[in-house]
Amino acid sequence: MPIDSPIVKLSGVSKHFSGTRALEGVDFSCRSGTIHGILGENGAGKSTLIKILSGVLQPDAGTIEVSGEAVRFSNPDQAAVSGIVCIFQELSLVPDLSVADNISIAAPPRTRFGLIDKRAQNRRAEELLARIKCEDVDPNSLVRELSLSRRQMVEIAKALGKDPKVLILDEATSALTSRDVETVYGLLAELRAAGVASLFISHRMHEIDKLCDMLSVFRNGQHIETFAKGAHSEGEIVKLMIGREVTAHYPPKPAPVPKPAYLTIDKLAWEGQLKGIDLRIGKGEIVGLGGLDGQGQKELLLGLFGVLRGLQGEVAILDNPCRPGSPAEAKSAAMRIALVPEDRKTEGLMLAMSIADNLLAASYDRVSDGPFINQDKARQAVSEGIAKLQIKVASPDDIVSTLSGGNQQKVVIAKWLMTDPDVILLNDPTRGIDVGTKQEIYKLIRELADRGKTILLYSSDYAELIGCCDRVAVMYDGEIVAKLSGGAITEEAIVAASLNVGTQSSLPAAGARHG
Amino acid sequence: MADKRSALATNMRQNVAFYSAIAMLVALYLVYNMLHPRGFSAAVLIQNSNESVAIVFLAMAQTVPVLLGGLDLSVGAIMTLANCIASEVVNGSPLQIVLGMIITLATGTAFGLVNGLIVVYGRLQPIIATLATGAVAVGLALFIRPVPGGNVDDDISWALTNDLYEFVDTYGLFDADAGWFQTISWIPVPLLIVVMIAFGVWLPFKRTVTGRTIYAIGSAEGAAYMSGLPIDRAKIAAFTLAGFFAACGGLYLAIQTSSGNADITQAGAYTLNSIAAVVVGGTSLLGGVGGAIGSLVGALILRVISFYFRIVSIDPLLQPLVEGLVLLVAVSLGAFRTLRVKNQLNLFR
Repeated sequence: MPIDSPIVKLSGVSKHFSGTRALEGVDFSCRSGTIHGILGENGAGKSTLIKILSGVLQPDAGTIEVSGEAVRFSNPDQAAVSGIVCIFQELSLVPDLSVADNISIAAPPRTRFGLIDKRAQNRRAEELLARIKCEDVDPNSLVRELSLSRRQMVEIAKALGKDPKVLILDEATSALTSRDVETVYGLLAELRAAGVASLFISHRMHEIDKLCDMLSVFRNGQHIETFAKGAHSEGEIVKLMIGREVTAHYPPKPAPVPKPAYLTIDKLAWEGQLKGIDLRIGKGEIVGLGGLDGQGQKELLLGLFGVLRGLQGEVAILDNPCRPGSPAEAKSAAMRIALVPEDRKTEGLMLAMSIADNLLAASYDRVSDGPFINQDKARQAVSEGIAKLQIKVASPDDIVSTLSGGNQQKVVIAKWLMTDPDVILLNDPTRGIDVGTKQEIYKLIRELADRGKTILLYSSDYAELIGCCDRVAVMYDGEIVAKLSGGAITEEAIVAASLNVGTQSSLPAAGARHG
Repeated sequence: MADKRSALATNMRQNVAFYSAIAMLVALYLVYNMLHPRGFSAAVLIQNSNESVAIVFLAMAQTVPVLLGGLDLSVGAIMTLANCIASEVVNGSPLQIVLGMIITLATGTAFGLVNGLIVVYGRLQPIIATLATGAVAVGLALFIRPVPGGNVDDDISWALTNDLYEFVDTYGLFDADAGWFQTISWIPVPLLIVVMIAFGVWLPFKRTVTGRTIYAIGSAEGAAYMSGLPIDRAKIAAFTLAGFFAACGGLYLAIQTSSGNADITQAGAYTLNSIAAVVVGGTSLLGGVGGAIGSLVGALILRVISFYFRIVSIDPLLQPLVEGLVLLVAVSLGAFRTLRVKNQLNLFR
């Protein structure tokens, strides 16, 4: 094989799903020893491309070559045998099996009798986890018991264990803590030196910029351009991706005026994960929650929404105590709280149900006459919701899982807006969503604030906190360690507070909290 | 050492349901023996073991499809079919007897295999597929044995339903009165059979890729597929193994009663009880969590509860009512864990 020939080469690959084209005549190749970034909005065909490469889907037309040989994968296993391993955005881990079981799931070490060798399997898991600096993960613990970011690392260890020649990372860093992201960067550099080709899909531009040697842009199921890093500016790349000029990323903020507190949180504590949270949010204000993943941000939002038992402390809306015992109570007329949850696939949507049913799920009482759903009202509410968020749907009766990620997230947000909430809690609403949709969501959040809603927004993306929020509260180890407002909301300030440096005299052990 | 201890702690935490089932069984059986006029005697133990074998095997059979996230409504019927076949073929010369046992077990296993093939390639829900095949199995059983009866070799009946002493003595394997043998000669043979099959078949199976795939499917089928696991093979294997365990139950029933009986009511009752035993033994009906050893314990718990009716005087007419209430309490114990869950989202996986 000549050194310069591509390890993977796609020629004229097309894929259609019931009328809509996902990929159309795509020619694409990548070489060993490179990190190749793939860019495009959601629905641009990136996911389909990956699924075809990793054997989940079969192309309708076109050929795939690996190391110069034509191949046809009918399942992920065959792709793995050819050396193509994918770390999926939707985790492929089995929650009820242990970490070690998961890492060696497809080809576990065996004893002489052909049975799975638990000890060898644990050793293998420890080695692989050590390679990605996750020694704190116990190979015997169940995947169910791990946080999302730890699961993602286990997923990476599992992929590494397959000894890939081509490693595909589909938004693999979106759920990771900053420390783990650095580890993954190091790993990718290591793999590049070892001659592995990495295909890197991310919506975080700075990540792509930092890591990749080559970039390919996809739009509307077509391969637009492949170029070396630095050939285009960031603005040009965004233009290639969405095919139009992007002017402002974030809607302008209004002048900061002190607003009387609408939602008051006093000394809120829970199970050692929230340690006395004090926060006041005014009407029409967007307050951001920052910090590393897993510092209690999710628990704070769940607590306010009535999901957690055994909360201590006070929460009040104006002067009325507000301690819902369940989400049903939280959304009731007395409190009017809405939560857009972290994981849209499990907590946000009922994936197998229609778009209309998902949109109505939180507000059936508004479209019902007595016990019966009024079909006319329901239809009208659904079309209003779809129009308000400009959700791209063929028909509201389609199954919600047929939508792209960005549109799915719009459905979740529209569902909660239909309840007409006063307090809106958002848990990382733009995770894994394309640039265009992100901007629409930023604009929407600002509009909601302008209409007098009280908004608490957790985001793992610092730029988002800086761009969207009037004030930012940074959490560390279950506490708010910094409150920033106005011009003080800078990347440096947020990062410093996230690591809990600069706000206290002593340096904490930053790694100790992961796990 | 600290490592071992933490591994043990992890194991305990992950298998709370299983360990509490064992504790419950031990407590129930101790109290039973204390109340029983001839408690703690070999005779009581042998009788109790004999009466437990069939439901234990059925519970183990039911476990495997449940781990997949399905239900097998044909286990009782396969047991009945095996029972009727055994009543025809388990007799004659020693070789013929062994052959007859093999035929019986093979028939049940083959029936399970067919279940698996229908579920996988017919793309049917297990519950409805096995409802149909179960009816077929009972039909075949009725065809083989229109009226109860049959003939099972007396020696094997005697040897397999008593203690080890009688087993050795019946077949003259060695001097059953030998001193070294005294310490173990009291062990009931049925108990040994169950333990041997449970630990000799289930535990190794659990450690195969196929076995683990069954857990993976019940836990997250999508993730299992994306990991390139042999999903079809695992499903077929699960129903096949269920057929094998059910046939073990049927064969033993034939040996124990020296006859076969195509009893439709009994087949249905056994199937439903097997589901109850699986739940009591700590296996989740959602799939992915639990195991056949737990179901073995669960089945024994249900049996011991029914033994109580013999020593506690309750109007026979009230027995089903009391039995139902006790079962309700037993399965409710598993729900206590949800009271400790502080994050209500964790209640729904």
